[in-house]
Amino acid sequence: MKKEEDLEKNINPDAVGDGIHSIQKVIEPPKHASRPIVKYILIAVSALFLLVMLVIPLIVALVNALGDGWAAYKEAVLDEYTLKALALTLLATVSAVLVNTVFGMFAAYLLSKFYFRGRQALATLIDIPFSISPVIAGLVFILTFGNIGWMGDFLKAHDIKIVFAVPGVILATIFVTFPFVFRELFPVMNAQGNDEEEAAALMGAGGFTIFRRITFPHIKWALLYGVILCTARAMGEFGAVSVISGHLRGKTNTLPLHVEILYNEFNTTAAFAASSILVILAALVLIARNIVEWKRK
Amino acid sequence: MEQQIVKVKNKKGVRVIPGFGLSMGVTLAMLGCLVLIPLASIFISASQLKPGEFLDVVTSRQVVSGYAVSLSCAFFAALINAAFGIVLAWVLVRYDFPGKRLMDGLIELPFALPTAVAGISLTYLYSDQGWIGSIFAKIGVDIAYTRIGITIAMVFVGIPFVVRAVQPVLEKLDRQYEEAALMLGANKLYTFFRVILPELFPALLAGFGLAFARGIGEYGSVVFIAGNIPYKTQIAPLLIMTKLEQYKYADATAIALVLLVISFLLMFLINSIQIYMQRFSKA
Amino acid sequence: MKKKILAGILSVTMAASVMFTGCGGGSDKKESAGLELLNVSYDPTREFYAKYNELFTEHWKEEGGEDIQITQSHGGSGSQARSVIEGNEADVVTLALAHDITAIENSGLIEEGWLDEFDKQSSPYTSTIVFLVRKGNDKNIKDWDDLVKDGVEVITPNPKTSGGACWNFLAAWAYEQEQNGGDEKATKDFMKKLYENVLVLDSGARGATNTFVENGQGDVLIAWENEAYLSMEEYPDEYEMVTPSVSILAQPSVAVVDDNAKDHGTEEAAKAYLEYLYSEDAQRLAGEHYYRPSDETVLQEFSDQFDLDMNLVTINDFGGWDEAYETYFDDGAIFDEIYSE
Repeated sequence: MKKEEDLEKNINPDAVGDGIHSIQKVIEPPKHASRPIVKYILIAVSALFLLVMLVIPLIVALVNALGDGWAAYKEAVLDEYTLKALALTLLATVSAVLVNTVFGMFAAYLLSKFYFRGRQALATLIDIPFSISPVIAGLVFILTFGNIGWMGDFLKAHDIKIVFAVPGVILATIFVTFPFVFRELFPVMNAQGNDEEEAAALMGAGGFTIFRRITFPHIKWALLYGVILCTARAMGEFGAVSVISGHLRGKTNTLPLHVEILYNEFNTTAAFAASSILVILAALVLIARNIVEWKRK
Repeated sequence: MEQQIVKVKNKKGVRVIPGFGLSMGVTLAMLGCLVLIPLASIFISASQLKPGEFLDVVTSRQVVSGYAVSLSCAFFAALINAAFGIVLAWVLVRYDFPGKRLMDGLIELPFALPTAVAGISLTYLYSDQGWIGSIFAKIGVDIAYTRIGITIAMVFVGIPFVVRAVQPVLEKLDRQYEEAALMLGANKLYTFFRVILPELFPALLAGFGLAFARGIGEYGSVVFIAGNIPYKTQIAPLLIMTKLEQYKYADATAIALVLLVISFLLMFLINSIQIYMQRFSKA
Repeated sequence: MKKKILAGILSVTMAASVMFTGCGGGSDKKESAGLELLNVSYDPTREFYAKYNELFTEHWKEEGGEDIQITQSHGGSGSQARSVIEGNEADVVTLALAHDITAIENSGLIEEGWLDEFDKQSSPYTSTIVFLVRKGNDKNIKDWDDLVKDGVEVITPNPKTSGGACWNFLAAWAYEQEQNGGDEKATKDFMKKLYENVLVLDSGARGATNTFVENGQGDVLIAWENEAYLSMEEYPDEYEMVTPSVSILAQPSVAVVDDNAKDHGTEEAAKAYLEYLYSEDAQRLAGEHYYRPSDETVLQEFSDQFDLDMNLVTINDFGGWDEAYETYFDDGAIFDEIYSE
């Protein structure tokens, strides 16, 4: 308690912008900018958290992948169906990233630069795919486009296949990653405020120019994070795609689905080997990001 | 306060920035086609039930306990992620140390791992025979097949949300105020809680909300580490699967609908706070 | 400079997407030559059908048929059946229990009377429910009544999410009914005790096996015989199989999905595909994959692999699947009752 009181005495209310506190000023010489002990504790906490929650589970997955030795690993990875599944996963991921990037930029611009009725509701609607269980995310497409769905007859009459075909897999992937880019851009654009855009607009700049010259430079790193989150999530998506894909081997099986089938086949090593491809891909994306970031400096 | 809001509205009411129509059009079109139309099917399907049947389904004891398990575990998982997420973001933005890039790069990896693989690996680790689980078993704490296990799986799938929401804001944060506070003699901790945290709060809240929502819906990884015992460790999405397995689409969508409404309200609340705070701080 | 880099990234992504889309579209078209069959099956049949498809393609050609390509689909039996109802255009289904095929029949895709379309109630291979215990069998588990003893921990999947696990439940039920002469109240108490000993109620058979094998939970796993063999094959010398005195004949069922086959013009091939499952070669192949061949003579060839002296009840003893499902597994039925308090 004593300490807290001291803290309050130590602060100048004007600097903090908090008028409730006493006006008593105790100006002390500034402490040294960094206190190494805090720094190391925080780093250690972070490292430990990541180690326990993330690194060790990944190690387990990789150890399992190599459980039967290198040759078995190679065979599992280079299997015809594994490669086909990989191609489909990449296709779905790239589609999802493209669609969601376009959407995310427009939506974040709309919601952070303009004020209109129903803004919160719109922002929340965009978040819906997050709050839906992946199983349901897949199911909504079945209930829309499938045999039992309300568009089912129409699609059948025109011989258009969406569910249990590649378009369904892509749609489901887009759906579950829909808010990712938007979610990364929105807080940054919000925090940035509108002043610069307003100034530019008053000086007669057009919408596209404003976005390109003023908004974009502020958000490009957030955009990069968003794209990477979206990529990672799209590659690993399992639940929704599992409902909608029909598991056709070599056709609509994505890599995560292929992993599940191998696993259910009591083929544990191959399953983990196939999933290690996903980890490696994710690692490659992250390395690419680091290179870009490094070039910035 | 009331006055301030009105003032803000007036000021922003005049749209000086161009592009409103286009961005609104694109946003609504994409949202509509890709999310809202498919989503309407949930309502259509659930509406096949009479109101009485609907209530019976969503208030049956198993289902209610399923909601309770999912919501409570997701809440704690989001809380853990919020706490560690802010520490991680801070460490990654403010400090330089060897291995920083590696740490930064690891954050998204939980997403890329298929949820089933994550669930299997986590269970392997945290069961009372596993590397980590056996340590806790010695002090009498079972992790796998309990609600703690469910929470851990939800933490795993939600790690990136808070970190990546806070990180960009922290990077852009003007250090002037912070330095001013320090110059004026404020303690570092005090500066953090009084100067930095309020700036980060909207982003933190957003990250928390996302991690929470993701936890509520998570199925693939949780189902392996949960014991799935009715009334104890059965999560709501598993009950949806159970209904589907019995070909009861309407029942399944009814449970999903309630889950959806709960998360929608929560997210709406969080978004309102976020937008309100932004408006307030720019006033 | 920065802008150039970002522009570069964007254009590379675009190019890649166009490329992949192109590839995807292209390869789809190439494959559609000749006759195509889609077999929607359940989980651990992948390797069996991979071999069988080779066998059948050869046989089909010898009989003068045109080129045929068979695509496989695997997943949980219930969700696979659902996918067919929802529009997965299977020509044939080969699932874990008749109940799932009946669900497809109810949607109108399969014609009535499919159960008698092929021999032995349309189940070309069968299996049964056995126990898998850890080497040495410390808890001395011999039969179902050992599973309800205090301190015995049991692993079995949830019959409400795993169709295959319905067989597990019914096998235990059949045992106790026989023991107490049909006293339903006593049997319920027995089942209640059994499920009180269940440590983890996984959502699927494979998950349960994993819980038992990889994570070392429980003393006994109630499993399909063929899956128990797969576990023992993967971890030799770590597990033992125990066959209980009473069990159930698990009959995976097969059927032609008439509507789809008609649309695709594959009726003849689909029928031949399932009929050939009863041929001697195919029966032997099933035996090699630890399924019990339905052909008696081939079954005898595997007499040292399978315990043929077990007392096996069948689903007909429970009045068929529709009745059994309603009595035991529907919402509020006996299984829910067991877990109610």
